[in-house]
Amino acid sequence: MPIKLTTPISEEEIRKLKVGDEVLLSGTIVTARDQAHKLMVEEKPDFIREYLKDSVIYHCGPVVKKNDDGSWSFVAAGPTTSSREEPYQADVICEYQVRGVIGKGGMGPKTAEGLKKCGAVYFHAVGGAGSLIAKRVKKVKTVFKLEEFGTPEAFWVIEVEDFPVVVTMDAHGNSLHKQILEKSEAKAKELMGL
Amino acid sequence: MELKEAVLELIRRAATDLPPDIEKALQEAYEREDEGTPAKSVFKTILENVKLARENSTPICQDTGSLIFYIDFPVGEAEKTYREAIEWAAAEATKRQYLRPNAVDPITGKNSGNNVGKNAPYIHFHQWDKDEVRIRLMLKGGGSENVGIQYKLPDSNLKAGRDLKGVKKVIIDAVVKAQGFGCAPGTIGVGIGGDRVTSYALSKEQFFRKLNERNPNPEIAQLEEELYKELNELGIGPMGFGGKTTVLGVHIDAQHRHPATYYVAISYMCWAYRRKAMTIKNGEVTYAD
Repeated sequence: MPIKLTTPISEEEIRKLKVGDEVLLSGTIVTARDQAHKLMVEEKPDFIREYLKDSVIYHCGPVVKKNDDGSWSFVAAGPTTSSREEPYQADVICEYQVRGVIGKGGMGPKTAEGLKKCGAVYFHAVGGAGSLIAKRVKKVKTVFKLEEFGTPEAFWVIEVEDFPVVVTMDAHGNSLHKQILEKSEAKAKELMGL
Repeated sequence: MELKEAVLELIRRAATDLPPDIEKALQEAYEREDEGTPAKSVFKTILENVKLARENSTPICQDTGSLIFYIDFPVGEAEKTYREAIEWAAAEATKRQYLRPNAVDPITGKNSGNNVGKNAPYIHFHQWDKDEVRIRLMLKGGGSENVGIQYKLPDSNLKAGRDLKGVKKVIIDAVVKAQGFGCAPGTIGVGIGGDRVTSYALSKEQFFRKLNERNPNPEIAQLEEELYKELNELGIGPMGFGGKTTVLGVHIDAQHRHPATYYVAISYMCWAYRRKAMTIKNGEVTYAD
């Protein structure tokens, strides 16, 4: 049975999670990708602080629709590749006390260290499942840097309900991505006769 | 139907409706995986998502990719006609949320907001002597594009020489490096020979082939089959979670090279393999997968 978690999530709750746990996530989370991460590390802006504390960052560049009343809706919203944020992620997690990151493809050793040190996990969502995940986005609460960064790169503060994810990197230094990489590299060497 | 409206419909179909051969391959991959594994749930989610996107006419993936057009047109027609229709259709498709705005000026960092910009959409023009027009469209996501890679043989680390055995080694290496980053299970397009540019171009054009449509050259066809089997033994699986399906297909082609160079370019197409085509003959538009 999937574990249900709602933001704000305490550090204690997050540290209980293990690689392989399926989670249904609800509550307020924030989308952020390349330009947003660069900004958070280089300029440490305060406008996003209250939304990130004990919450979750979603690596996602959505397709959005502006409704007639001026509000926004998500049309397609799957995860983007997380590895691009590897240089920034650990610093962002510790600076803003973030408890989780949702993305795809997993992240490297620097992030793994940050998850352990500051109490956070990496959640993997199904890449490409844009239409399905958009259905779990109940509300767009606000958006920052829309004009400057464009739709895919803006900070979208959203409310999600039962967003399906799998823990693939936990706060104890375990990474499913590392395990699969090592196994597949060994098999590749065998196939190549190296 | 007007040309621009017809192209808009082509874009809508490409972004929201997966070709049937791809959907079938994903269904078979779902059936192969063991109950209770993350791989099984990934394929289940993917198949639900594909169905939902088609029913609601919403993008399969939020990364609606770069628009790459290949146009074959009769002698005497102007490229400009097609470029104008495509630019209008791309902007309109963005307005209707079939596409996400994906054209960014690399100098200013500014998103054009409508998928139109310098070399965006990208159009390959080809004049032919038929009296019909063929427009093919590929939507290529950024994640899968980032795991594309070009090798220069020989490669001493992989002990890969300038022959098909060497080619095979670098393809295996590329798929291991891609892991789940490009949204596995992927389809692999390979271009052997040519120069740096044309080897990549050839690799990408392979994505217009239907899955399991083999290269007419028997040696290449055999390599495609061997690689399809062996790459699926790597255990990377959907999303890199581990599993039985790492690639849906392998498409390879070769072209003549300079005696001093031996390039192998490898392009990766994510599971959301979006390609559609249309033909215009005597004013009649026909769509195909």
